[in-house]
Amino acid sequence: MKYLYCTFLLLLFSNQIHAQKVVVYDSYSKLETAVLNDKNTTYVVNFWATWCAPCVKELPYFEKLNAENKSVKVVLVSLDFKNQFESKLLPFLERKAIESEVVLLTDKSYNTWLPLVDKKWSGSIPATLIIKNGKRVFAERTFSTYDELNEYVNKIIN
Amino acid sequence: MKILYSLLFFVTTFLVSAVTPAKGYAPGDKATDFKLKSVDGKMYSMADYKDAKGFIVVFTCNHCPFAKKYENRINDLAKKYKTKGYILLAINPNDPTEQPEDSFDLMKVRAKEKGFVFPYLFDDGQKIYPQYGATKTPHVFLLDKNKIVKYIGAIDDNVDDANAVKEKYLENAIAALESGKSPSPETTKAIGCSIKMKR
Repeated sequence: MKYLYCTFLLLLFSNQIHAQKVVVYDSYSKLETAVLNDKNTTYVVNFWATWCAPCVKELPYFEKLNAENKSVKVVLVSLDFKNQFESKLLPFLERKAIESEVVLLTDKSYNTWLPLVDKKWSGSIPATLIIKNGKRVFAERTFSTYDELNEYVNKIIN
Repeated sequence: MKILYSLLFFVTTFLVSAVTPAKGYAPGDKATDFKLKSVDGKMYSMADYKDAKGFIVVFTCNHCPFAKKYENRINDLAKKYKTKGYILLAINPNDPTEQPEDSFDLMKVRAKEKGFVFPYLFDDGQKIYPQYGATKTPHVFLLDKNKIVKYIGAIDDNVDDANAVKEKYLENAIAALESGKSPSPETTKAIGCSIKMKR
């Protein structure tokens, strides 16, 4: 009985931590000010979408990074279509039990905001930005294993 | 002799790597022609179009949601500008072993379903897209009749809704070309699906 009760509590708790609150931003500048604002935090910002197969494939590595690498905070910036927010993005996050912070960016002024992330970014995703003490390292690339991602991140932040 | 050989090897390697364009084209560069197979089974090159005033080279594919949203617009552009002497050639740059939906057979199916009026070419072996520096689908390169790159980027500024477009980047660039001016902007950015490389 005690065991059952614990399981129940655990379930309740895990449900709580899995419940994603996704804030929607219509401008990248606003997103950066609101989400990537703590100077003492190292951010690993992954640009992705549920419709992007290679992004979805590497998402578990970012989840693991967020859970295991205590020196970084992962922020998953979804570029999903606005009209698929409730029909696709939220069910996806729930199904995959995503725990990293997720925000939806609907900024259409690509010519303005893509260069703010990185001047060389052509706009293909996945893409990853690391921010540490004002230093920014951007890569328009995929990661094929967790170790590859973790090593890449550690090299930049250490 | 052995030393000579290694020296020769070293020099050739250096030369080859020195002439390989790594970053793709910028406006003003001369683009390479190609000979690629279309969904109708024929081979197409820009050289086949002796009277063309320019070329709209669109890297696109079957699977990408962004590319899908532009399919009808690409077809309309092909119709509209063919009569004005601008030839639209679409190229699927993806490796089908990485993205099965982008196989040559499924390209044929998609072209038929959507009634594509333009050659839908397959970059078999992925030789062409790296030379252009295409990184995603859709990715547009507008060339003049001498194959000089005049514009690189997006078709317009609204992927979601063709009726809500404010800036028709590609059409504006063609209009600039028509009046003998340089397009402004010469490059634009947009989100797209990364090109799937063979591993």
